[in-house]
Amino acid sequence: MTNPSDPIIRLRGVEKSFGAVRALAGVSLDLAPGECFGLVGHNGAGKSTLMNLLSGNLRPDSGSIEIGGQDVTAGYSPQVAVRHGVRCVYQELSLCPNLTVAENARITHPAIAGIGWRRRARALIGEMLDRVFPGHGISTDDVTGDLSIARRQMVEIARAFAVTEAEARVVILDEPTSSLDSVAAGKLLAHVRRYVEGGGTVVLISHLLGEILGTCDRIAVMRDGGVVALDAASGFTRNSLVAAMGSVAETAPAAARGRAALRDSAPKVVEARPARPETLSLAAHKGEVVGLAGLSGQGQTELLVQVFDHAAGTQVGGKVALVAGDRQSDGIFPLWSISQNISIGSLRQFLNGFLLDHDRADAFAEKWKERIGIRTPDVFQPILSLSGGNQQKALFARALGAPADIIVMDDPMRGVDVGTKQEVYAMIRDEAARGRTFLWYTTEMDELRNCDHVYVFREGAIVADLPRAEMTEERVLHASFRADA
Amino acid sequence: MSAARRLLGQPWLWAWLGALAVWLATAAYTDGKGSGEVLSAALTFGAFFVIVALGQMFVITLGPGNVDLSIPACMTLAGTVSMKTMGGAAGMIPLGLALALAIGAAVGVTNFALIRLLRIPPIIATLSASFIFQSAAIWWNRGLRVKPPQPLADFTTAKIAGIPFIAILVIVLALVAHVVLTRTLYGRGVIAIGQNMRAAHLAGIRVERIRAATYILCAALAGLCGFLLAGFSGGAALNMGEEYLLSSIAVVVIGGTSVAGGFANVPGLWGAALFLFLLVTMLNTFGAGAGLRMVLTGLIIIGVIVAASGGTRKT
Repeated sequence: MTNPSDPIIRLRGVEKSFGAVRALAGVSLDLAPGECFGLVGHNGAGKSTLMNLLSGNLRPDSGSIEIGGQDVTAGYSPQVAVRHGVRCVYQELSLCPNLTVAENARITHPAIAGIGWRRRARALIGEMLDRVFPGHGISTDDVTGDLSIARRQMVEIARAFAVTEAEARVVILDEPTSSLDSVAAGKLLAHVRRYVEGGGTVVLISHLLGEILGTCDRIAVMRDGGVVALDAASGFTRNSLVAAMGSVAETAPAAARGRAALRDSAPKVVEARPARPETLSLAAHKGEVVGLAGLSGQGQTELLVQVFDHAAGTQVGGKVALVAGDRQSDGIFPLWSISQNISIGSLRQFLNGFLLDHDRADAFAEKWKERIGIRTPDVFQPILSLSGGNQQKALFARALGAPADIIVMDDPMRGVDVGTKQEVYAMIRDEAARGRTFLWYTTEMDELRNCDHVYVFREGAIVADLPRAEMTEERVLHASFRADA
Repeated sequence: MSAARRLLGQPWLWAWLGALAVWLATAAYTDGKGSGEVLSAALTFGAFFVIVALGQMFVITLGPGNVDLSIPACMTLAGTVSMKTMGGAAGMIPLGLALALAIGAAVGVTNFALIRLLRIPPIIATLSASFIFQSAAIWWNRGLRVKPPQPLADFTTAKIAGIPFIAILVIVLALVAHVVLTRTLYGRGVIAIGQNMRAAHLAGIRVERIRAATYILCAALAGLCGFLLAGFSGGAALNMGEEYLLSSIAVVVIGGTSVAGGFANVPGLWGAALFLFLLVTMLNTFGAGAGLRMVLTGLIIIGVIVAASGGTRKT
């Protein structure tokens, strides 16, 4: 029998390298039962690698993993992890898109078998969804591929917390809120606290320092593959966390930028309306940064695609490039190198007659790698060798490097760390000052503060039109919910 | 060391090694007698395989579900119509060639229209359309075999220093296709679409235009192959395309192109085409009966595909 205060998971000197990239350089950690353990760090600091080791997806090059006092390093695999009660919610969602919600639940819960499994799977996942995300609006018979990324994330989370024969003793959440809007994120974090108070252990990885500080009992900061700071959450502040991660302390987002005048002077370059009977229409003027706000999945992405496609009824004055947020299904070409993934958006620039000049395309990708800080030895590495946040940076480089007048961004900061976010915000402001127009869908309030004008979406329609000076968190939230809800 | 490693990583390597191995095995069995002639024949027949496989490669690279099963019917239709129109007259050869290519293009347009406008999966669209093309060929000349013009027949069987002229022509064609695949916007577009169609659209690639061009290109190459093959074999026969259905796909896959799309290479097509022809020759030489020959052909193709994936094939 193990003592309840003994660590449930103990890592000793765990190391892991991917080719030339050293992802983990000797990490030792203890996780106690009944605690929420926060993990922060830049893109590529090694957080996701560490979690993949814990969940058995990767084998450490050296070091040991103990669960409940038992050394499981040899032969550790996802199946062993699940048997020991270790569950993981991945940043790249791992649901099968062609199966229903209930069928996906069955996959990780093999105990549901025999006649009537479908009914039991429905009950299992449905109850857990109701418990974690009341009012989620997901049917257990929905095909997962048809759900928005936020709802897929909810299903994935509920599936990890659901219990059949193997108990859920440790739940690892890798960027769980990056695809969720603030309301759903709040529900999840409340559930995490309830679960932890019931004796479970949660590892929470997030770039949103507020939710880390507010939810976790202890926090570890990772940098360059190692843990550089580890303390009780009360021992950290937002600024000390940022400092430990090794980036410049965050400056307050540029306050009202005195650019309201653009609306009057600059020509209108985009005018679009969602296909709904009662809606305001969206306008963007040259050089503006226009925010699309609201809860996630309220028609913002559809409007961006409408603008991208120059759809009928939409007036678009210029070429459009898109930054995908759902990078697996909308952005990444998985068989290609980083260079090929970046240059695909601007291939015409590298034509000599009919033929592509690969050297110029590679030089272009190299320049953007430096400019946006993609963590990789060179741009000829496969795109999948990058961590999620660094893949996202490559997608940014693709769109910003493209010869486009208008850039539409579909919640593009998922999985991007604090320091990089600040740099990208600055880049967006520079490009806007040079006359590019941005349409920016985001569910994060901090990002809306970078916008000149904000439109709030609800149920597919635009319900509020707020200039920067009138935009407050309260007004955005107020418009996001129906008056009768 | 790293150069050797790079070579081992080349997707076309296994097809070429396979071709070399079966050729050597045949030569060993016959003590080297006639192995030059075997190679020359392999180059000729391989050239016909490669013409259609080039088109099939671009189609398969478009991604899961994309395949052109109308190649045999298209070859037959282009072959019969052009032979009958030329009627054996040498002066009509340019017109016959143009007609064969035009028929191919029209077949491609039909295929893509079925796929795009009626939203029929490519496998079913091209297979069902091929019944129509095949029937059109039967109706056109009532099954009569019209002889090709003599200069065309001479051209398709000509040799320069022992190397079939048609093989040289197709090597040049393959070089052009290689450049198109690796160094043009079109080639990049095809590979991008094969990896992720939605991402390709959102990266600014004109997906439907490229798909249309690919199906038309594939059918036009099938038309060209039908024209040349009819010239080579003394006229168009209604079953002339038969063996090209499976072999166009086998050559592409053995050559190291991904069946799942998004990854292709041209050198492997030549290696695989030679391999397929030499394999059958080898089994004939060994005196294997028809049944055994087919079983062994199937087994060896499976073996090469597994070897080519280095045992790490992901499902």
